[in-house]
Formats: sequence, structure tokens, C-alpha cells
Amino acid sequence: MSLDRFFRLGVTVELGSYTFEPETIKAFARKYDPQPFHVDEEAARRSVLGGLCASGWHTAAAWMKCNIESGAGTDGEWDGSGPRPQFGPSPGFRNLKWPKPVHAGETVRYTRTAIEHRALVSRPGWRMLSLRGEGFDSRGDKVLEFDSAVLVQVE
Amino acid sequence: MITFKIEQDRAMTGKRWAFEDFAEGQSLDLGTKMVTADEIVGFASEFDPQPMHLKEAAGRASLLGGLGASGWHTCCMFMRMLCDGFLLDSTSQGSFGIDYAKWKKPVLAGDMLSGRVTVVSARSSKSRPGVGLVTIRSEVTNQRGEQVLELQNTGMFLTREAAQ
Repeated sequence: MSLDRFFRLGVTVELGSYTFEPETIKAFARKYDPQPFHVDEEAARRSVLGGLCASGWHTAAAWMKCNIESGAGTDGEWDGSGPRPQFGPSPGFRNLKWPKPVHAGETVRYTRTAIEHRALVSRPGWRMLSLRGEGFDSRGDKVLEFDSAVLVQVE
Repeated sequence: MITFKIEQDRAMTGKRWAFEDFAEGQSLDLGTKMVTADEIVGFASEFDPQPMHLKEAAGRASLLGGLGASGWHTCCMFMRMLCDGFLLDSTSQGSFGIDYAKWKKPVLAGDMLSGRVTVVSARSSKSRPGVGLVTIRSEVTNQRGEQVLELQNTGMFLTREAAQ
């Protein structure tokens, strides 16, 4: 089995969904992003967003939750010659966009797509896997997208 | 709708930071933040339940070298520092995204983080009168002066006149 197949290169994988209840939105925002339109319905109605909506960081964190809990990107069967690839840390992300606010009560469906993987000169035995993460609301409109990467130990 | 506008404007008056207060090259201190094991495990349990973010021993055995915060948690801690640093006392209208975020070093339980923001550019919005676009590069460092997070993004801020 090739790494390409294990990583499901080019395949958009469903990670599941997450519902942004008003109380969940406010609890998250009180800890990490207490701007009025994330913690106060009244203030949110008067703001540019027109109603309570989730912190962008909440919509991104929920992608990670679905990514890890579904195991959808990492639990493929492995019958390659070496040891089963082990996922490690990520160096970060780029081009993260919040194209549309996520309002209270909305359910977001998340996906990931593996783009490519390459050897790491600085870390023999490891490869860098590039990914695209996305989230879509109940109308199918995109509410989150980003390009990310993760280190994978393959030897 | 006129009532909408009046109410919205009232919420934005008296803020310390409006678009005009940002200038290229300006630097803003975000203060410090102590990272606790409880917070790391709390965030990870909810959003990133991988062993190195949940158990000290698993963290030590990983590339992180200790109980390490999820990178998304580090971003969230930074966001709170940004809010407390100046965003809550500004005419901020939100942001459309993040150009890049680099998780440069692990953030471990017991770390004391410091944040600093540098204004990369400040320009008026062509499509939205009364709104300015401020691009900032933010750096979070640990108690040893090592950068743990670098991030760049653009936020929208009302001008002082639009906020009156």
C-alpha cells in the first residue's frame, strides 16, 4: 500500500459536524474571544453581524475536534512495508478564511483533503503532509477554509 | 435602518482605539499570560483530544517534550491576549481570516507567554466608507524569549468619525 493511498491524497473526507448552540458560543467566547457579538445577544443584534455568532477561532477549533474524533483522515488501513505512519505536530496554517459568520444554532459540516506529502530534509524518517480544511453551513455555504500541514513519521 | 445605525454607533463611541490610532510600524504590548496544565487539558478534551495535549507522560514522550497546548489553543490564548490588550477597547468590526500562523515552539504547562503586535499597514477601505483595514503581525514568546507563535491578519476598524 502506498502512502498516497493511506493519506487518501486528493480525496475530500467528511469529518462530521458540530452545532453552535448559543450557550456553547458564549462559553467559548467568554474564555477566548469576549467581543460583544460573541458573548451578548443584544450587542450582537446591533453589530455588523446582526446576531450572535461564533468566534472564528471556535469554528476552527471545532474543525480540529471533528478531525480528531472522527479519525477519518488518519485511521485508514495500513499494509505497507514499513511501520504504520504516525501523525505528529503541525507547523501551522496559512490562508485561513472566515467567508461568512456562523450564527447561533447553525450546524457546520467539516471536511479535510490531503494535498501532497514530501520528505523533510531536516528530519529523516518524517514527511510533511499538506492538507486543506473546510467547513460548510446548513445552506452549503463555506464558513471556514485553511491550508495546513502535519508532520508524519513514516520510518 | 436608522435606529440600527444609531444603536450600533453608540456601542462604538468612547473607544480608545479607532482606525486613525494605528500607524505602520507601531508596536503594541499585549501583556502576559500564564499557561496552566488544567487549561491545556480542558481545551484539548473539548477540541483536540490527542494524548500529548491530555497527559503529561504522553507529552514528554512526544516531539512536544511535555504537556503541550494544542496549536489551536495557543491561537485562542493569543486571541484573548489581543482582546484584553486593545481589541475590546477598539472600534473593531472583526476579521475575515488569518494570513498565516506559525506554531514555532511547543507551549507547555507552566509557560509564561508575552504578546506583542506590530502594525504592518493601515489603509482606508475602498468599498466601505468609515472603515479602515489594519494588518498586524503578532508574536507570542515564552519566558525564555523564544517565539512560540507568529501570526498575521487584517482587521476592520471604524474611523473615529464613523464611530461618533
